[in-house]
Amino acid sequence: MAARIGIFAVVVAVFLSIPAFSSAQDLQIVNAERRIDLSSHIVKDFLTLKVENIGISPAAEMLLAFSPTQIKNLAMVQALAITGKKKKKTYLPLDVKPAEQPDAPNDTGYYRVTFVSPLGPGETVSLEVLYILTNSLEPFPVEITQSESQLVYYHDSAVILSPYHVKQQTTFVKTPSTRVESFTSIEPANRAGKEIKYGPYENRASYSYAPVIIHFENNSPFAVVEELVREIEISHWGSLQITEHYRLTHGGARHKGVFSRVDYQSKRSVSGASSFNALLAVLPPRVNSVYYRDDIGNISTSHLRTGFRKSELEFEPRYPLFGGWRATFIIGYRVPLEDYLFEASDGRRYLNFTFGCPLVETIVNKLTIKVVLPEGSKDPYAILPFTVNQDLQVKYSYLDIVGRTVVVLQKDNVVPTHNVPFQVYYTFKPIYMLAEPFMLVSAFFFVFVASLAYVHIDLNIARK
Amino acid sequence: MAALESPQPAATTTAMRHAFGNVLSVLILVLIGVLAFSIRLFSVIKYESVIHEFDPYFNYRVTQFLSKNGIYEFWNWFDDRTWYPLGRVIGGTVYPGLTLTAGTIWWVLNSLNIPLSVETVCVFTAPVFSAFASWATYLLTKEVKGSGAGLAAAVLLAMVPSYISRSVAGSYDNEAVAIFALIFTFYLYIKTLNTGSLFYATLNALAYFYMVCSWGGYTFIINLIPMHVLLCIVTGRYSPRLYIAYAPLVVLGTLLAALVPVVGFNAVLTSEHFASFLVFIIIHVVALVYYIKGILTPKMFKVAVTLVVSIGMVVCFIVVAILVALVASSPTGGWSGRSLSLLDPTYASKYIPIIASVSEHQPPTWPSYFMDINVLAFLVPAGIIACFSPLSDSSSFVVLYIVMSVYFSGVMVRLMLVLAPAACIMSGIALSQAFDVFTGSIKYQLGGSSNSTDNAEDTNNAPKDDASAGKTDKGEEIVKERSSKKGKKKEREPADKPSVKSKAKKKALVLPLETSIVALLLLIMLGAFYVIHCVWAAAEAYSAPSIVLTSQSRDGLHVFDDFRESYAWLSHNTDVDDKVASWWDYGYQTTAMANRTVIVDNNTWNNTHIATVGTAMSSPEKAAWEIFNSLDVKYVLVVFGGLIGYPSDDINKFLWMVRIGGGVFPHIKEADYLRDGQYRIDSEATPTMLNCLMYKLSYYRFVETDGKGYDRVRRTEIGKKHFKLTHFEEVFTSHHWMVRIYKLKPARNRIRGRAKKLKSKTTSSGWSSKSEKKNPWV
Repeated sequence: MAARIGIFAVVVAVFLSIPAFSSAQDLQIVNAERRIDLSSHIVKDFLTLKVENIGISPAAEMLLAFSPTQIKNLAMVQALAITGKKKKKTYLPLDVKPAEQPDAPNDTGYYRVTFVSPLGPGETVSLEVLYILTNSLEPFPVEITQSESQLVYYHDSAVILSPYHVKQQTTFVKTPSTRVESFTSIEPANRAGKEIKYGPYENRASYSYAPVIIHFENNSPFAVVEELVREIEISHWGSLQITEHYRLTHGGARHKGVFSRVDYQSKRSVSGASSFNALLAVLPPRVNSVYYRDDIGNISTSHLRTGFRKSELEFEPRYPLFGGWRATFIIGYRVPLEDYLFEASDGRRYLNFTFGCPLVETIVNKLTIKVVLPEGSKDPYAILPFTVNQDLQVKYSYLDIVGRTVVVLQKDNVVPTHNVPFQVYYTFKPIYMLAEPFMLVSAFFFVFVASLAYVHIDLNIARK
Repeated sequence: MAALESPQPAATTTAMRHAFGNVLSVLILVLIGVLAFSIRLFSVIKYESVIHEFDPYFNYRVTQFLSKNGIYEFWNWFDDRTWYPLGRVIGGTVYPGLTLTAGTIWWVLNSLNIPLSVETVCVFTAPVFSAFASWATYLLTKEVKGSGAGLAAAVLLAMVPSYISRSVAGSYDNEAVAIFALIFTFYLYIKTLNTGSLFYATLNALAYFYMVCSWGGYTFIINLIPMHVLLCIVTGRYSPRLYIAYAPLVVLGTLLAALVPVVGFNAVLTSEHFASFLVFIIIHVVALVYYIKGILTPKMFKVAVTLVVSIGMVVCFIVVAILVALVASSPTGGWSGRSLSLLDPTYASKYIPIIASVSEHQPPTWPSYFMDINVLAFLVPAGIIACFSPLSDSSSFVVLYIVMSVYFSGVMVRLMLVLAPAACIMSGIALSQAFDVFTGSIKYQLGGSSNSTDNAEDTNNAPKDDASAGKTDKGEEIVKERSSKKGKKKEREPADKPSVKSKAKKKALVLPLETSIVALLLLIMLGAFYVIHCVWAAAEAYSAPSIVLTSQSRDGLHVFDDFRESYAWLSHNTDVDDKVASWWDYGYQTTAMANRTVIVDNNTWNNTHIATVGTAMSSPEKAAWEIFNSLDVKYVLVVFGGLIGYPSDDINKFLWMVRIGGGVFPHIKEADYLRDGQYRIDSEATPTMLNCLMYKLSYYRFVETDGKGYDRVRRTEIGKKHFKLTHFEEVFTSHHWMVRIYKLKPARNRIRGRAKKLKSKTTSSGWSSKSEKKNPWV
């Protein structure tokens, strides 16, 4: 039955989307400016669009198109509507959702941006779009030695991939250094210092595509967390214990051959330029009991600076990471409960905590957040500003009987811009807090009663 | 618990004192347990909660396996990650007591939903068991000389440095639980000897079984107890109690010991156990003689003696002949190498360099006695004298125990650990008796023995007084009282005897008041000195986990965590099936921390295999490459302390590699590595030394650090400074250069033209040649 309703819903959705799509063709982009920031391994694209409705009916939304490789590595899309003139510009965040299009050419992926108010015929609107790509810089050569610096390829299109007609557009690419080995030139294109400019291009039809490859030097740390499991354990006795298991790797060009410590220590500038040794984690303020260790014990190279607004943990893995090298470690800390746990107006409690990874400038391929609620809590649900996989588990910790409910949130391709607050609501009766102390007290009580009884009972068969 | 039942409406003051003394001694025992546990936590506080040193890592790894796969998998565990390509049957070659203990603790905690990690349980096993050990010491000494001596001995054992050195938190080694098992077995033996109870005799066999499970040192028990039995028989102290204490232990104990896979039939086959069987026969003969003596008239008995002696001689002769034949059939006379080196201290250094190369198998120096048992060394003689007044079965046992352990500790520094409990027991007896005498004289001088002194020094003494007083009272009242278990215990006669005697003695041994007070003060000062020394030893000397080193410099604490740095590197950045060769010291750590297959490890069961690695390390680069390549080795790990001055590095151990290698492969000669009998690495060193693999791997590109190549351990400039490696490449060097890992380069491709030219050569020395004479693996 549910399946049939599902099919029905899809059919309805398809029917509903057709008129929307047909009206989409009535939009055109008057002016587009794109700035691609390649300075780190997280590719940030800032897109400034001026959209005009050239149709006859009002348009409520527009589509952003991405190539199949981009859609795979797309970590986040955000859109803002600009209202007001230069001095009094205000930004309004817009709703962005992944969209399916039945007749998408070449597996193009789409995101749908819903305007604040439907765009009437002849009206224009200015949009700021930010989208972030991960794993999009391909090291070439694939393997480098210790003394070489890291060169990468970036694949993109010189013109913006869009389902709409684009009247005028320019693309600026910012590279981390002036060393650019090569770039595909599509006239007019030129390079000045750290910037490559493509365009302006006039009147490009919808779905035009002009592939370009930029080959440049990028020695920024390619810190990729392959898997991060954060466990947030709520204790109503007053603290929040956070344990983070990292599996870190260097995602850049693989290290080849010799690792010489003497070169690494004496000629830092030329040796191991792409390797990284220090990482920075931004932790909440008022953090305490911080530890940094791995499977075989404590790692002693870390510094903690606690501050008013945030704490910073500066730490080094056990060894410097060269391309392809891995390291695992665990960071754990404790924060006061009252900063993060609140009571809603209806008596429910909710945890308000930051999503994402505390490491600065790091991609997380797979992030799992486990919120361990206290034993006896019920009806948990999580509220997040973006879609994640949610699941419920049960965990047995200190002297648990029924186990603690664990809300599991799982998301792939997480970048620092995902570090936004999320909430987990649940109901909890404070009487459950006393269960474990009561168990301990009664256990001791029974031990003493039993020993009393043992001393007073005579188990001898014959009296002497 | 006895205190709970004792206060009754009609209780006399002595009963109250008895109850008070019992409560006090329970309280003191709890405090002693806390002390024993907490004095061992310096390593966790100063460093971290981590497994220490070498062998504990292996035990930790086995415990991990046990907790993951269960007991049956554990017995059948064939470990293919060590002794490549031979492997090792862990389940059958390991003493499982420690592992099973920690595994059980972990399992119980986890089934109570207390999620402690296996590592945490392992780290804290040793401190917990040292608390048990001090309680066992209390019980043992109480059986010998009353509870006052017991408490004194327990508090001494709780902090004796020798035992602390093996049982700090993280020192997860067999000795940690074995010392408890040792003392507890002795306690049950003495208990059986004093009570003649078959119940305790059975418990004794079980305790012995636990000891066999835990440590190879169980042979000490199975030789010491027969010796004591023999001593009792020879000195005419045979009694049925002695028989009950000994015969069940041998029968049950041997049967149980044979259940432990690592012991198996050794429990009846090796010479270490023969003494127990011999004494077993003797005690039966003696028992028979006593029995016959009981049922016959003196006249008939004389006849019987002549008969039995003549038959007995024949039987004895046959038995001895069988024994001699058995012993002679094995080349070492049925003794294992370690046991032989105990009997003949020079044996190991002559024949088994691998045993001699371990620092803990060396004889100790005099300062190490002072370091490890401190003032106990001076108290022991007093304790021995106290044991002779009067000499009972139990006190003769502890005297025998101390004499034997003093000998063994003189042979091997490791066995200082067996001496420590004996020294504590003796010193506890000595202290207790001294306090007894001094406080007794003070009380006598002050007039009125009922005057209870609440001095701090009296606490040790009070329970003993109360207990002995209580015993005699109870012995009389016991007919009327309900016969509880406590009552029955008090009935035994040997405890009564000393207490009656000591009362009589007290009057004779009255010292002047001033002398007593001064002597008491001196004793307390001695105790204070001991406490200070123990705390210092626990905090400074014995707490370093040895995998992480620290040094105090002007700009604060400096941490050298190079071992774990490189193990972590190996574990994350090499293939899971890669083989790592290193000297055997680092085998356990490599398998446990880096999870990589090793060629040799600290379980030095195969001398040839170790000699192969030693030979490779002492050979020139090319020959070493061939040996390692034939063993599928991909990485070679060396420990080098020359940059920061870490003295126990591979260059300092290198002569042992040469000796052990040369012992099996004679082309390695120690003389080639020495210049005029001196081991040196500077420009005077021999060419063989300067060209061997260990030298090259240790000093590769070392000269580039400071331009001179100054070795801070050997305090000299190195001999050969600039050289290249042809068959190895450096893949990792830790931050302070303490660990250097090299990769074997793949065999070079043959060049078509050269191959022909070299064809005649390749058969003997080519790249992929397997028939090379120097390569022992073919």
